[in-house]
Amino acid sequence: MTVALTIDGRPVTAPEGTTIWQAAREAGIEIPALCHDPRLRPVGVCRVCVVDVGERVLAASCVRAVADGMTVATRSEKVERCRKTLTELLLADYPRESAREKTTGDDLLLALARRYGLDRERPRLPPGNGRPHDLSSAVIAVDHAACILCDRCIRACDEIQGNDVIGRTGKGYLTRIAFDLDVPMGQSSCVSCGECAAVCPTGALTDKALTGPLRPPAELESVESVCPYCGVGCAVTVHVDPRKNLIVQVSGRPNPASQGRLCVKGRYGFDYALHPQRLTVPLIRRAEFYPKGALSSEVKGSAREDKPGGVVDYAEVLPAFREATWDEALDLVAGRLRALKEAHGPRALAGFGSAKCSNEEAYLFQKLLRAGLGTNNVDHCTRLCHASSVTALLETIGSGAVTNVFGDVRNADVALVAGSSTTDNHPVAATFIKDAARHGTTLIVVDSRATGISRHAHHFLQIKAGTDVALYNAWMHVLIEEGLVNQDYVKQRTEGFEALRATVERYPPERAAEICGVAAAGIRETARVFGRAKAAIIFWGMGISQHTHGTDNARCLISLALLTGNVGRPGTGLHPLRGQNNVQGASDAGLVPMFYPDYQSVADPAIRRRFEEAWGVRLDPTSGLTVVEILAAALRKEIRGMYMMGENSFLSDPNINKVRNALAALDFLCVQDIFLTETAEFADVILPATSFFEKTGTYTNTDRRVQIGRKALDPPGQARLDWEIIAEIARRLGYPMAYRDAEQIFAELTALAPSYRGLTYRTLAPHGKLWPCPDPELSDGVQLLFGDGFPTPSGRGKFVPAEYRPAAEVPDPEYPFILNTGRLLEHWHTGSMTRRARALSRLRPEAFCELHPEDLAAAGIQAGAYVTVASRRGSIRLRAHPSTRVAPGTVFIPFHFREAAANALTNDQLDPFSKIPGYKFCAVRIEKTGA
Amino acid sequence: MNARGAVKVEFTPEQLVEVRRLQGLYPDRRAALLPVLQLVQDVFGHISLEAEEYVAGLFDLSPAHVHEVVTFYTLFFREPKGRHVISVCHNLTCHLLGAQQVLTHLKKRLGVEVGGTTPDGRVTLLSVECLCACEIAPMLQVDDRYEGNLSGEKVDRILDGLA
Repeated sequence: MTVALTIDGRPVTAPEGTTIWQAAREAGIEIPALCHDPRLRPVGVCRVCVVDVGERVLAASCVRAVADGMTVATRSEKVERCRKTLTELLLADYPRESAREKTTGDDLLLALARRYGLDRERPRLPPGNGRPHDLSSAVIAVDHAACILCDRCIRACDEIQGNDVIGRTGKGYLTRIAFDLDVPMGQSSCVSCGECAAVCPTGALTDKALTGPLRPPAELESVESVCPYCGVGCAVTVHVDPRKNLIVQVSGRPNPASQGRLCVKGRYGFDYALHPQRLTVPLIRRAEFYPKGALSSEVKGSAREDKPGGVVDYAEVLPAFREATWDEALDLVAGRLRALKEAHGPRALAGFGSAKCSNEEAYLFQKLLRAGLGTNNVDHCTRLCHASSVTALLETIGSGAVTNVFGDVRNADVALVAGSSTTDNHPVAATFIKDAARHGTTLIVVDSRATGISRHAHHFLQIKAGTDVALYNAWMHVLIEEGLVNQDYVKQRTEGFEALRATVERYPPERAAEICGVAAAGIRETARVFGRAKAAIIFWGMGISQHTHGTDNARCLISLALLTGNVGRPGTGLHPLRGQNNVQGASDAGLVPMFYPDYQSVADPAIRRRFEEAWGVRLDPTSGLTVVEILAAALRKEIRGMYMMGENSFLSDPNINKVRNALAALDFLCVQDIFLTETAEFADVILPATSFFEKTGTYTNTDRRVQIGRKALDPPGQARLDWEIIAEIARRLGYPMAYRDAEQIFAELTALAPSYRGLTYRTLAPHGKLWPCPDPELSDGVQLLFGDGFPTPSGRGKFVPAEYRPAAEVPDPEYPFILNTGRLLEHWHTGSMTRRARALSRLRPEAFCELHPEDLAAAGIQAGAYVTVASRRGSIRLRAHPSTRVAPGTVFIPFHFREAAANALTNDQLDPFSKIPGYKFCAVRIEKTGA
Repeated sequence: MNARGAVKVEFTPEQLVEVRRLQGLYPDRRAALLPVLQLVQDVFGHISLEAEEYVAGLFDLSPAHVHEVVTFYTLFFREPKGRHVISVCHNLTCHLLGAQQVLTHLKKRLGVEVGGTTPDGRVTLLSVECLCACEIAPMLQVDDRYEGNLSGEKVDRILDGLA
């Protein structure tokens, strides 16, 4: 139903239920408001938006709905007089200096004061009534005196981000906003997402400057881009000072996926690109630093008491290298790789690309390895995160990507979040899950750790680590036993049901209860909740995938969705939350050993012929080695030369002591990166690359949304575009690659990858497109996949039953604790970026382990004391934090910190199907240390 | 463990049954927040920050939200109060009929200022807005009871009657 009304004499139509404010805005009539923001639920507290609707009193247009025949005056004398008085009253105790006016220049209250010609110097109340400044947060400055109690920050924190940190305290004139129980912001449960400062209309909550003074956006260049961190791929606007080559600020940009939301990394983590330690010249290892080995104390593995923490010590590492020209360095790389190929064959070479790089760079990198060097030994960190999920998805439903977007959780009756600390790893996706959980979606969280998202769950099953298969088999046992199976779906769309039934039959909830350590009744209840849902969506993270039975874990979740018919409809789907900003895209682009772009098998002769034609060379028909296999082969001298683009294997791969030997054993290693990484210490040549903000390229997020990241900065020194470096090496190898720009590379990729067909830079702007996108001119792309069958040979989804297997290494009297590793909200992977981002590093400066208070007490360890955590492979020293988020007998260690590298402890045993290591489970012991 | 690591505030199983009953009375159980906070005050004497956090847990609300409610209502005590609370009305009718003298007398007898509690923890003295009993002005409220038409002697009698 639409209604017709008149606003300022103009006829306007609007859907029923629209507010006057919104209808006016759509008609191009701007009504001033202080408390209202279109992203927030209207509350009508500031009254500045009042309009005359011909009634006795004025109406607040942000809350009043339009009515048929209504006549609205938004700027009459009476209305303006009221607004002027309101502004005057608010101004009466407003501080003389507004932090917002001084920085971004968009203080809405002062804008109104100017509009009504109000003199700020006239007699007034003492400002702020003694209400204080609060500068305790690392990223946000609070001036309570400038707060007009508009409620925007409270709603932004509650409704947009779902964090509920901000409230009001007190009454009457003493009212002010408060964090938690009125503690300083920096001590509260605030996660520094900055949404409150982004919506604040006055100088009360403002961003602290991170690089240079904040300035009005109009004085800066605005670059439409995306966030460089996680797979959610939030759209951002980068505010750049081009003269100083400086990013001043980053703000959220509305797109269909992230809707303008950001987390602490996206909003405040950009300054790593400007860090003085950026590599700016090619470097060649000096002759006296052979034979090769680690250079810094931490990487050598020798303990260092004088200077704990921080990034690679350049003073320790740089002397081993000399500066070189690009020509010299590139000639050396190409010459050495060619020589190794001639001496040991192409399979003695390998390359690691990175899921941090763009689709174009990933595509070109694998093309260089495959066509230029002749080996399929090309892989990247996807092997370490979702390889098992992709393996299981390809095997069962024929496609490794998500079947639905995360935002569709709002249409789900039930959402299952399995093994994902979503609030830490995919913070903005988590806001949509939290939001759904508050508006009718029943949220089930299954995890061995009581993660942030579990606090929002209606049902939380804290299972014993690594027992997922038993739990989901028991769920399926209950579903079959109680007739909650979608018979039609199973009959028409799936195969292998009998095999599944035979397996799950052996998992009654009582048996699973024993294995998982949760009550059988809870298993039954949650199975029923899931089974009765009309639409259920499944999210999972590394807690599922990073096990030596990771593929089995994912198979179970897929079977669960197939059994209940929860694929291909709104509110349903399988969504492995992808970690890196371009882990989906890098895999799509063929940066994996067994597939050419778009998961086309290297072993398939017809496919191979197509690529041989496209690339003009003969290709190796054998699938290559995976990440951990490549390093193991290096140790055996089967891999001799490596080219690493943006990967930091030393910290990211399991069992560091083994990685150290493997890297040192390489005859030749070229590392292309933006900083001197731990891995670069083992390099023969280091090539200075460009950071995310210095290049244009496409990135594919967890939803399959392909988006453009645009150049915002000039690269420092002689640093060069990654694709140009690859092309230069290729040329020197006798395999010329001639491209004008990244866009041309993208065109080549889309021609070879059917899923990307039709996508162009032009159609990707401004919000990107979901692949597949049959009509990029008109459509956003296909959100829901597999509504009518799967891309498998039979067109059916396949049940692959899985048996519960304990982890590769279980606790024993010598190593009695279970180690779980993972990420922190504030840091990214090996920390090379985030530890150089000032705010992020300040928020989380140091490594720590989480232990249950009971375990700490039993071992006589004080909270905050240093402990040694040791496994059969290595040991590290770090602080112990008491936490009830971990179960007794388990320890959680974030893996970002080189000085206490979690991967010194982890096990390099692999999942047999996907070759993913079991980062989430190994046996360790905890020892008290002095000091 | 709570965020401040201080005294644990926890209801007995019987009190928890009462909490559940109160929560069940309303379509949105959040509506029971006020009566449950009153219960906290009855049981523990006042509503500490720890108690706010505890109640937030009982309602699945954020601590910030509970703090808003507690700091808004003046009848919630955020600091320990005496065994008895005397609230003297200071609005117009009582004022004209001698509320100030009543208050001065009480301050002298108890040896505390408004808002204070006697060192033995017996009485907390407050001065409050209208209690809607102008017909017996000047008046005060002692615990759940109204006392009006006050004189010095009557105030003394009231004080003597408090344990």
